[in-house]
Amino acid sequence: MSRFIFSFVIFFLIWLGFTSTFHYQEVITGALLSLVLASLSYKSFTERGLFYLSPKRLFYILKYLAVFLIALVKANFDVAKRVINPKLPINPGIVTYHTTLKSDTAKMFLANSITLTPGTLTVDIIDDKLYIHWIDVKSEDPEVIYSEIGKDFEVILKEIFK
Amino acid sequence: MILNIVGNILVTVGTVFLFLGALGIFRMPDVYSRLQAGTKATTLGALSTVIGVGFLQPEWIWKTLLIAIFIAISNPISSHALARGSYKTGLKPYMKKEGLDSYAEVEKEEVK
Amino acid sequence: MIYIYVILIVLAIIFAALRGLLGPTASDRVVALDNLTTISTAGLVLLGFVFQRFIYIDVSLIYGVLSFVGVLTIARYLEGGL
Repeated sequence: MSRFIFSFVIFFLIWLGFTSTFHYQEVITGALLSLVLASLSYKSFTERGLFYLSPKRLFYILKYLAVFLIALVKANFDVAKRVINPKLPINPGIVTYHTTLKSDTAKMFLANSITLTPGTLTVDIIDDKLYIHWIDVKSEDPEVIYSEIGKDFEVILKEIFK
Repeated sequence: MILNIVGNILVTVGTVFLFLGALGIFRMPDVYSRLQAGTKATTLGALSTVIGVGFLQPEWIWKTLLIAIFIAISNPISSHALARGSYKTGLKPYMKKEGLDSYAEVEKEEVK
Repeated sequence: MIYIYVILIVLAIIFAALRGLLGPTASDRVVALDNLTTISTAGLVLLGFVFQRFIYIDVSLIYGVLSFVGVLTIARYLEGGL
């Protein structure tokens, strides 16, 4: 049941974004359509439903968004610095990153965030190993790799998916 | 008025980063570095341009936010798929120092 | 101001397209194509603002979705899993 309500809310929000009006006919049609869609697809759409909407998790999700946006802006200045520099200061390589997260959704978010943070790009995920293309390899020591690349995200993600 | 100024700043930042991303694709030496420059710079560039237009034209903000969320989710996924795909076609990453490629072992095992 | 935005976006499209023309391997061309689609999604929204037409926003949304599916298909093809 909670999965059903969760998918209904998501579909309804997307509908409101698409139509961008609050005219009552549009809202009623959207509600009916979301009901039908949610009843058809809630089983494959989400695994845990309203689980994500508790106040503590919402707080951590907001914190995650803040950390992520800061990292994204930093990443862009990093890229800009490298691209404008005529000598192209790069030292690329592929390193292995060991994650302690269990849930598949959490791993997906971690991989996407790593792709958008300074100088790293996820190439593949196999079980708990992430293969990461690093544009400026500082060290091959697993500890250094863990703290340099994804520690900030992983701590918060662990709280969200506990 | 304030919305106008904020919107103009966001669009300026966005277009500058779109340009830098394209320049990065042009200058980098191999596929993976190009993906790095391209993905990061064009993601922030597109996000900032789209949301900036939402600020300039406040009645469009909902739909522009939807486009922004979609770009933020889809762009890293497609770059990840492209990186994996190009590794499977046999392109080795450009390296200044040899032996920094831990993905090669996985590839070898799969061939066996 | 609008002229500056349009010039920057046109320059971005020119550089990405050059990489698409020069790119030594197929992957390089696909990477350039992927970035071209993102640039033109943002460019369409900006054009919608310049011409004051709301329909451009819808066009750019659908363009973004379709190009994402297209790039994923090409990536799967490169991987050999199609």
